[in-house]
Amino acid sequence: MTLHQLQPDLWVDKYADYLFNFAVGRVSDAEVAKDLVSETFLAGLKSAKNYKGDAAERTWLIAILKRKVIDHYRKSNSKKGKAEVRMNYSSASDAEGDWLEEQVADPFSTAENSAMENVELGLAIQECIAKLPKKQAQVFTMKTIQGIGTEDICNELDINPSNLWVMIHRARTALIACLNKNWF
Amino acid sequence: MMISCDKAAHICNKNQYSEATFWEVLKLRFHLFICKNCSKTAELNTKLTSLCEQVKRYSLSEKEKLNMKEQLKNEA
Repeated sequence: MTLHQLQPDLWVDKYADYLFNFAVGRVSDAEVAKDLVSETFLAGLKSAKNYKGDAAERTWLIAILKRKVIDHYRKSNSKKGKAEVRMNYSSASDAEGDWLEEQVADPFSTAENSAMENVELGLAIQECIAKLPKKQAQVFTMKTIQGIGTEDICNELDINPSNLWVMIHRARTALIACLNKNWF
Repeated sequence: MMISCDKAAHICNKNQYSEATFWEVLKLRFHLFICKNCSKTAELNTKLTSLCEQVKRYSLSEKEKLNMKEQLKNEA
């Protein structure tokens, strides 16, 4: 079995989006998720000497992030009263006598599912992007996810527009094939 | 004259980022009308774009990533 090695310099570029998606799916708050990802990287750096190389770098970082998520919930629940369920009854609907039905979840609502699907989709796309060659992944992410203009990308990566479109084409073809397996 | 499938794919990709010209889009539409293979691929390509749009808000900005890198560098 090959032993893996840690490369902290590349962590942010390679895993930040994946970890962020993972964290958002668990804490449902982008700001908290961002902090958890930062804390995960710092904790990873501190405990790098304990890394044996058995697990892949990303798996190891996800394990740290899971602990951070648990710590986050422990901290927020330890404050008295935070864990109790609150139901708001407005006086107007109380008076009309149909208040109970209003508290019941709407069986036709898909809002909660779509939020969950977005997170899963985010993870699925990140998984597929991670399988692309490094340069292709970088160009695709800059162009599609970050919305940077063609000219700016070409200047930053020192490539010409033809190169960029070839890489975009290859990346999109590979991503469609990858997502075809588990999403479309 | 009808454009080749390679050319159609190129325009289709540019069109995903609204960077294709009016004439290019017109040529692409004509090609897709005739070529069923490209039409299917273009459909998936557009679907990929809409999926990416949905996940845009679940990714970190360049600035946020730079901050993280700085933080890591300071701790190292």
